[in-house]
Amino acid sequence: MAGLQREVDPEYLFLEAPRRQVFITGSEAVAEAVKRANVDMAVAYPITPQSESMHLVGDLYAQGYLKDYYRGENEFAVMAAVHGASLGGGRVFTATSGPGTLRAMEMFPVWAGSRQPIVCAFMCRGVSLPPSIQPENIEMAMLLDVGMLMFHAEDAQDFFDMILKAYAVAEQPDVHLPAGVFVDGFFVTHTRSAVLLPPDDLKLSAYDPRRAPVPTFDMETPPIRMVRDPLLNKSNFISYAANASWHQEIAAAAERARKHIRRYMGGLLEVEDPAAAIFLAASGTAVSQSREAIKVLKAEGIRVGLIKIMSIRPFPAREIEAVTAHAALIVVPEFNIGGWLAREIKASIDNNRRVVGGPRVFGGMTMPTELIVDQIKNALVRSGAKRPRSPRRDLSG
Amino acid sequence: MSTKIITPVAQFAELLPQEYKDLVAHGPYHERRSVRDLGTFKEIVDEHPHCAGCGVALAVRLLAAALPSPADTLIVGTPGCSFFSLVQTALNYSNTAFGNQNAVAAGLKRMLEIRFPRVHKDVVVVAGDGGIADIGLDLTLHSWFRREKITTVMLDNEVYANTGGQESGMSRQGRVLNMAPRGKLFPKIPVFELAKVSGCVYGARVTVAGPYKVGRAVRNAVLLARELGPTYVQVYTPCPTNMKFPPDQTLRVAKEAEKDHYSFEEFMSAEAAEYLTRLKATSEESEKAPELAKP
Repeated sequence: MAGLQREVDPEYLFLEAPRRQVFITGSEAVAEAVKRANVDMAVAYPITPQSESMHLVGDLYAQGYLKDYYRGENEFAVMAAVHGASLGGGRVFTATSGPGTLRAMEMFPVWAGSRQPIVCAFMCRGVSLPPSIQPENIEMAMLLDVGMLMFHAEDAQDFFDMILKAYAVAEQPDVHLPAGVFVDGFFVTHTRSAVLLPPDDLKLSAYDPRRAPVPTFDMETPPIRMVRDPLLNKSNFISYAANASWHQEIAAAAERARKHIRRYMGGLLEVEDPAAAIFLAASGTAVSQSREAIKVLKAEGIRVGLIKIMSIRPFPAREIEAVTAHAALIVVPEFNIGGWLAREIKASIDNNRRVVGGPRVFGGMTMPTELIVDQIKNALVRSGAKRPRSPRRDLSG
Repeated sequence: MSTKIITPVAQFAELLPQEYKDLVAHGPYHERRSVRDLGTFKEIVDEHPHCAGCGVALAVRLLAAALPSPADTLIVGTPGCSFFSLVQTALNYSNTAFGNQNAVAAGLKRMLEIRFPRVHKDVVVVAGDGGIADIGLDLTLHSWFRREKITTVMLDNEVYANTGGQESGMSRQGRVLNMAPRGKLFPKIPVFELAKVSGCVYGARVTVAGPYKVGRAVRNAVLLARELGPTYVQVYTPCPTNMKFPPDQTLRVAKEAEKDHYSFEEFMSAEAAEYLTRLKATSEESEKAPELAKP
């Protein structure tokens, strides 16, 4: 019952409260997270594969878990509405996918620029043209530099945990930035898996606007934001410097999020078999496929470690640099054509010819384990380390 | 509300230009004001960046004076000329992206109703014709369809003024403007008429040549939006820079428009009319109407 929920500390809810296993879809995991997040208001607009999660959030509103909820007129308007609601000093939630993300694009830097801890779920999918509603995560590449925190969930469990934890990270006074929680659509949203949930009579403490580093837009919190020379239109050094320093402060706030991500999420990445000389580095469902590929390779006597990157912004560049210091090969499978994760990793480490971007699948294609296995074997052949048993077409990006 | 809403940093307070000191000391917050009181308080910093004779700057001054409770009013706007003066008043103003203003205002109003259920927090959109009628038209209309309890004020200078005088949907047909090199090919978008059929409980079409009409319209619109639903005020704010008339002719241009295509018009629902009658009966004059407590 909505009225019977008890507010608890994030640490207790995330780390200590007993958990019960349920078998639910990723969309249902979103609703389970929102149910425990003490969200004041959510705004929804339909797009596949996001819609079901926001239907369920609507049900939560009808049950009294949220104080307001409505369907907006398009994604730009929805992101603007949650921006307005957040300016008013409450906790908000929304979600979108692919073309919806692009339609709303103008609002994401606005969220970051106004230092609002909005949490938005992105159920990633193809963007036109050619049209595709199927899973891929090219939209994440387009959001890398809008100023928001970005977390990439591997599965429904991650999705549940990351949405809840995103509030705890984003609302820290020294951070106070928007957070996007991303999953590869359908693979996570429309499949069932075992998810461990804390009791639903617990919820996060309410958002406290008095802890915000910027004044709430409510005429209760002095002072108002006022500038003698509007930054937008003045062409002088002071305006440029003020604008630039604000950008720097947003970037610095994202850096300060690292310690909170470590505290609540256990780190910006997870590493399996850190002593391995070959790594698969991935985020999202490419991590799950990498796990399967690692099993296949192990059976063939090839030892491969795993780097699961959970935080895309801030990016764990130093952690990746440290864990790959001794590595000969880092293969980066991705669900998009651009290879944004490989670029990020290449930009983070020395001797980045060790990084092989691929395999890359998109347009709804799945990522068979063999593609990843072949990528590693072919890379080993090129480096002269090992011959593959059955050479196939090179799929490296 | 907070009456200390403008609080200069103590170490810099002495360095503030006198007009800013005046804004802090004599901003329009501490007692009820009206258009009649213009000149007795500091509604806008004199060195605002508007062009001489700007109709928008005048409309913002009238608006600042007419708000029924400025100490509990949040203004939402867009980039553009209206931005210049709104940041030079003692009003609390937020400017985000272009065209999103009615959606931002809707979200803000709903959150303020959640957080302050027993206090009226007035949310007023103040934006130009481009923001409301062109790029933001769907958001404008949908806020009305949804019956959001916000006021929308269009400062209609019939042109994209800040970007250099381009045709807007509110420009007059035939007018030669940038991006309309052969003259505008279609009439003004009938936003005022759309407001009537889209859920607004009150609407007024006024020009800056009628300051009391502007004041009354803004006050009625804000008071009615608190109780009944969306309201709309469309103010003609002539632009001497882009319409190429001398800056001392703004009021004459506005007066001529009032006789021509910008006649005064007001509409209200039966409920709104009843509310205003009740309001008038409980005060000596409508300009000094006390705020009605929420039931």
